[in-house]
Amino acid sequence: MIMIALLVVSALGALAAFLPAQFARFVSTGLAALAFGLSLAMYATGAGFWHEYDKPWVPGLNLRFHLGVDGISWPLIVLTTLLTLLCCGYSLWKTPDSRLIGLLLAMQTGIVGAFLALDLVLFFVFFEVILLPMYAVIAGWGGPAKRAAARKFVLYTLFGSMLLLLGVYLVVDQTGSADLAAPKGTATMAAFVFLALGFAVKAPLWPLHTWLPDAHSEAPTVGSVMLAGVLLKLGTYGLIRVAIPVAPEAAAKAAPVLGGLAVAAILIGGLVCLAQTELKRLIAYSSVGHMGFVLLGIATMSATGLQAALIGNLAHGLITGLLFFLVGAIKDRTHTGELSQLGGLRDSSPWLAGILGFAALASLGLPGLAGFWGEAFAVIAAAQRGWWLGAALAAVGGALAAAYLLRMLRKVTHGSSPPRLTGPAGYELAAWVPLAVLTIAVGLAPLLITDVTGPAVDALVEAIQR
Amino acid sequence: MTFKLPAIDYLALAPMLVLFGAACAGVLVDALVPREWRYHVQVPLSLVALLASGGFVVALANRKEHVVTAGSAVVIDGPGLFLQGSIVVLGIVALFLVAERRLEPGGAFVAQAAVVAGSEADRKQMRKPGVTEVYPMMLFALAGMMLFCSANDLLTMFVALEVFSLPLYLLCALARRRRLLSQEAAVKYFLLGAFASAFFLYGVAMIYGYAGKVDFRGINEAVLGSSNSKTLLLIGLAMLAIGLLFKVAAVPFHVWTPDVYQGAPTPITAFMAACTKVAAFGGLLRVLYVAFERSSWDFRPTLGVIAAATMIVGAVLAVTQTDIKRLLAYSSVANAGYLLTGTLSMNRDGLKYTMFYLVAYGFTVLAAFAIVMLVRDSDGEATHLARWAGLGRRSPVFASLFTFLMLAFAGIPLTSGFTAKFGVFAAAVGGNMTWLVIIGVLSSMILAFPYLRVVVLMWLSVPGDDTPTVSVPGAFTAAALFVGVAMTLVLGVAPNQALELVNDAGAFLR
Repeated sequence: MIMIALLVVSALGALAAFLPAQFARFVSTGLAALAFGLSLAMYATGAGFWHEYDKPWVPGLNLRFHLGVDGISWPLIVLTTLLTLLCCGYSLWKTPDSRLIGLLLAMQTGIVGAFLALDLVLFFVFFEVILLPMYAVIAGWGGPAKRAAARKFVLYTLFGSMLLLLGVYLVVDQTGSADLAAPKGTATMAAFVFLALGFAVKAPLWPLHTWLPDAHSEAPTVGSVMLAGVLLKLGTYGLIRVAIPVAPEAAAKAAPVLGGLAVAAILIGGLVCLAQTELKRLIAYSSVGHMGFVLLGIATMSATGLQAALIGNLAHGLITGLLFFLVGAIKDRTHTGELSQLGGLRDSSPWLAGILGFAALASLGLPGLAGFWGEAFAVIAAAQRGWWLGAALAAVGGALAAAYLLRMLRKVTHGSSPPRLTGPAGYELAAWVPLAVLTIAVGLAPLLITDVTGPAVDALVEAIQR
Repeated sequence: MTFKLPAIDYLALAPMLVLFGAACAGVLVDALVPREWRYHVQVPLSLVALLASGGFVVALANRKEHVVTAGSAVVIDGPGLFLQGSIVVLGIVALFLVAERRLEPGGAFVAQAAVVAGSEADRKQMRKPGVTEVYPMMLFALAGMMLFCSANDLLTMFVALEVFSLPLYLLCALARRRRLLSQEAAVKYFLLGAFASAFFLYGVAMIYGYAGKVDFRGINEAVLGSSNSKTLLLIGLAMLAIGLLFKVAAVPFHVWTPDVYQGAPTPITAFMAACTKVAAFGGLLRVLYVAFERSSWDFRPTLGVIAAATMIVGAVLAVTQTDIKRLLAYSSVANAGYLLTGTLSMNRDGLKYTMFYLVAYGFTVLAAFAIVMLVRDSDGEATHLARWAGLGRRSPVFASLFTFLMLAFAGIPLTSGFTAKFGVFAAAVGGNMTWLVIIGVLSSMILAFPYLRVVVLMWLSVPGDDTPTVSVPGAFTAAALFVGVAMTLVLGVAPNQALELVNDAGAFLR
């Protein structure tokens, strides 16, 4: 029931946008806070599903209203509700528009629904629901080229959804079941390829990533945070929850290809970042590299790799969310994101420079911060799997991340000192601090996450190796 | 030599007989009742006739007894009744649109379409209450459509085809605004339609030459066991298919669709998009599933290519349109492709979900055209897309409704469009037509683009000086809009009842 309550609260928050404008946004934000509380309250321990709810919805279409939460989905659900709450709070002061907050909650409904869904068709339904609010956020509140970016986003992701839909048809046709709680695992390579392609667009896996930089550079700050923080996770989550379990044999055969593409994403993402001249595009391309590590972890299909992927997912959500908030703050103050025009942030706003430096260090995978564990263990898992070359190249990619992030820091924080910028406002700190604290917490005590995900991952690995 | 009249089960034919009777009565009303009263008699008469007809359909469906009657010319079976019921219900909603007179004095139709607009004669006829012949014509068309779906032999089918086509040709020509466009549309529709009918009839002759029979059961037996040359069968089938594919607007027999949809009075466009589609696919389903099921190896590849072309051409051309009625016309072409995909699954699911799709699409398209009717300025409907820019700020309610309908067309979940598309594609995968589903899925991605463009135009553009207002709908249009939108939502969120209905309809009676 708590899962339904979470969905209902999110949906009500979205509908609250239709209330009179004075208090609509406060109602929505309040409901976002309630949703965050509910998602925390779902916590339990152990393998298997902590909560489950199963009712037929449209039997004719194999559609069941089957929800469940376990160690794999719970951290992502909490991340989603947390980031939504932070974005709502941020928008409350930054862009006090109840429609934007309503759209954020509509998105949350879809994302949480997709993370909760244990029925393939239901998963697809929620997956599709996310598309339009995100489109509207980019097209409505974005930068100067928002229309083109929003269109590219929607066409690319629709393309991904349609491939996914084909995969869904094939799985249902081949296995006769759309159940994700105990998938039959007899789907063929064709089904796996369609599903994996669909998720690869979302994740995004090189070379299907080209929508991401445009969408990010035009989206408003909260849009970027949601996009990088949770939307991309749907792709990797989909691979773990859907594509691999329904077709483990095909997945095992395709794993080297997936791993190879992931390594390519890491390297290419890193190299492209070195050549970026715009701050938001740089962070966006860095996402391609980071998600490459996550995909590498998934491709190994081992317990270590999947654990690394899950923690990497979470770390990327926290760190990149923080980075986009910071970049938004910089752009608000200097009105430019061009690296050549920025500089001297160290003098003009030491506060901002400090937190940006922290986030950049976290992003490049400094041990002791959240970004380290996912990437290090993805490399280790690849090496364990015997992919020595891939592991070595991925490690080089990690070094590239250090190079481009330090280059960014040099360009932004050093250099001639422009006039002083205003210090961080209260609402900005409220958005940054929780993310920074969690980044440190996960970095110092990764067991916080691995203890939660461990049993579920072990069960999953056992199931797919059967 | 004496002729014995065949036994006729009048109850089984009652849904059609009521409509034919009411249509004849309507003609008399137009001849005898004073001009001012005609509208007030015709509308209730048509409505009551349709309700009565619907009542008979329900009664027959509850009887659950499937009959072949009128000397095996007509068959009343589950799918036939479902299709008849859909035609009646969609017909009622379309009637609401036709009967709307608040938007324009005298309604969307003109009595003497040939009179030059703005001339003295035209001003004179403007002062008279509007034309009412449209109601009996609509009833004739509806009755013909119902007969088309339950014909049991090719000749009855041909008669029904003509009965529902001729009134449609006329109805297309009666637009009050943009008369030349409307008449051009009618001429095009009539000429091409006549060709298609000729093809159909020629096909009937060929099939008769092959099978020695024109009834579906006889053809089925002949396909199974005849020793005649298969060439006749294939030629005949191809000719029949051309006639039917013209009506469903499949590529390459679709070229009339955009012109006719644009030129015809909008209520008639809506009527054609919803009801004619049901009838045409009802006929196609029956011909393919009952008569030629055993030669599905012969026609599936060819019709599959046609379905693929229909989806792709419809979707791609929809992208380039600048007129909302033409856009919806090409979207209707593409939807014919999805329906064909469902039809070609040639299994039980294919029949089920094609019928479901027909109903879902019908309601959505009726509601969409209802909104097209409402967006107008002093020159009538403003159908050019550029004029719709910024409509969201002028009238958020209607823009929201239209957005919802566009999302349904695009097949976004929680609308009937998703349920329907999901159903036909799933059926086609089950029927080993996966390649067609791949094309269908990709084309529906392309097709989403024009719909989204309309949505973006309405919400994100700044309203210009010439952005028209949305008129306050009269009770009739409001009712049609409400029914259309409500059904789009219901069939998307809780389609169980409707799916059970198509499931219970069972298979065609052979």
